[in-house]
Amino acid sequence: MSQIYYAPTHEYIVVDGNVGTIGITDYAQHALGNVVYVDMPEVDDEVEAGQDFGAIESVKAASDLISPVTGTVIEVNDALADNPRLVNQDPMANWIIKVEIADPTELDNLLDEEAYKAICK
Amino acid sequence: MNREFYSKLIFELSRPGRRGYSLPSNGLGTAVNLPDNLSRDTALDLPQVDEPTVVRHYNNMSTNNFGVDTGFYPLGSCTMKYNPKINEEMASHRGFKSMHPATPAVASQGSLMLYYTLQWMLSEIGGMAEFTLNPFAGAHGELTGLMVIRAYHNSRGDVKRTKVIVPDSAHGTNPASAAVAGLEIVEVKSRPDGTVDVDDLRPLLDDTVAAVMMTNPNTLGIFEKNIPEIASLVHDAGALLYYDGANLNPMLGVARPGDMGFDVMHINLHKTFSTPHGGGGPGSGPVGVRAGLEQFLPNPRVVRRPDGSFDLVSSPDALGRVSATLGNFAVAARALSYILSLGQEGTMMAGTLATLNANYIKESLKDVYKLPIEGVCKHEFVFDGLADKSTGVTTLNVAKRLLDHGYHAPTIYFPLLFHESLMIEPTETESLDTIDEFIAVMRDIAREASETPDVVKTAPHNTPIGHPDDTEAALHPVTTFDQLSTTKD
Repeated sequence: MSQIYYAPTHEYIVVDGNVGTIGITDYAQHALGNVVYVDMPEVDDEVEAGQDFGAIESVKAASDLISPVTGTVIEVNDALADNPRLVNQDPMANWIIKVEIADPTELDNLLDEEAYKAICK
Repeated sequence: MNREFYSKLIFELSRPGRRGYSLPSNGLGTAVNLPDNLSRDTALDLPQVDEPTVVRHYNNMSTNNFGVDTGFYPLGSCTMKYNPKINEEMASHRGFKSMHPATPAVASQGSLMLYYTLQWMLSEIGGMAEFTLNPFAGAHGELTGLMVIRAYHNSRGDVKRTKVIVPDSAHGTNPASAAVAGLEIVEVKSRPDGTVDVDDLRPLLDDTVAAVMMTNPNTLGIFEKNIPEIASLVHDAGALLYYDGANLNPMLGVARPGDMGFDVMHINLHKTFSTPHGGGGPGSGPVGVRAGLEQFLPNPRVVRRPDGSFDLVSSPDALGRVSATLGNFAVAARALSYILSLGQEGTMMAGTLATLNANYIKESLKDVYKLPIEGVCKHEFVFDGLADKSTGVTTLNVAKRLLDHGYHAPTIYFPLLFHESLMIEPTETESLDTIDEFIAVMRDIAREASETPDVVKTAPHNTPIGHPDDTEAALHPVTTFDQLSTTKD
């Protein structure tokens, strides 16, 4: 049974066992506008909670992608390299990276759906 | 304008064998025989055109430009204010124009006097001890300023200062310059009113901080009132306070960064002092320092000898050279011409009028555009899109609709503190008539956005190029004639 958490910097992480699937929220893709480039790490790269693991660029702005957890990248969504607009179409289906979570207690620092919706108001 | 839009490319005018020169045969054949590995094996694809075709092509192209000489330009000094024509005349003086950059000091007294006089006037305006005019642009000035700061810390044996603190509302050049200088960037947050959060700054200050960079007024056009407190915190931590001169315009003759406690600053002559910088240059980013830091300024410095003559000197404490010559000299000549033609009173009026014009537009439009930060702004201000967003009209749409009315679009989606930023900076040179016309157009667009939103969403309608697909352009840019030919097929 998977569970979803949110970072105040508008990334989500869907947790299933010790695997976290990270992407940007619907609110974030809407605020960014049409995405034209996603800069992603490579498999086996280390990511650190609160540090950037890549960047996302839209016609309006470029933003860092901040990792909600510490861990190791186990999969990268290569489809975004050819078609970054997928992020706008469905940001949940079109996640950015999957990581093996090093320290599950870091999830306690993240927001649940209700708390995240509150900061988007 | 009732002329058809000129949209030809020089390659489309190319015809095999045409050329714009005719040289006699020299009978010597090819002078240099390059080795095979250095020779091209394909023909160089250059346009083949005759001279009248080239002249007409570029003259027609040039009339497609929109600039501050053809219409109102709400990008203000941020980009470029009006360039008085007398500045061009002064900079074109034969004595300056024909000067070789390596002319010795004894034979270039007039040019050195100009340099010395301008650096002295900038020092007066900025409240600094001395300026160098050597940096070639604003970002080059930032880098030079940070190198001055590093030279200062190093001279004291204080070598562990590797961080630069930059506000989250800063221009992107601040963190970029710090990174180029090999320093680590730490971000300090803004308060809801857009100014630096002193409580967020305090714990960041320690003995690893080299400098804090600030823009005042900040990128939202808001004056940072806590500078004396920030300056004392920064100095207590042993760091220096850097003033980014991007927004110096409203301060001209009214307030001086040096008096507020800033140690190092740069000025963009091409912004505040009305010199042109179209096409990416030439710019000029003079750097000023408070007393006690002069010896760290880049070599060479222009000094005045007791007998009144001018000379070039180098200091062993200096950070080194940042330029081969004395900066972009013709830009300095224009800036001095600007300051001298305004005089002290005129210079003071410039900052005051720029502030008045910006506030007048802000107050006249804030019922139809969302003003996120109330109160008096300086030379510029930021709306967060339309007040009524129910029809889905965005800042981008508003900016494009302005083109239909013959205005250049303002800066949009910067600063990043708001989602629908629309920044307006009229500068001091626009008349009340021009400003009132602009306000009326902005109000019309707001009304259209509510009543007939599709008209705004599909703008521009009156420009030669309509509504390009900006996402597609970013994803698959067409940058060469070859690509264009393929696209057309």
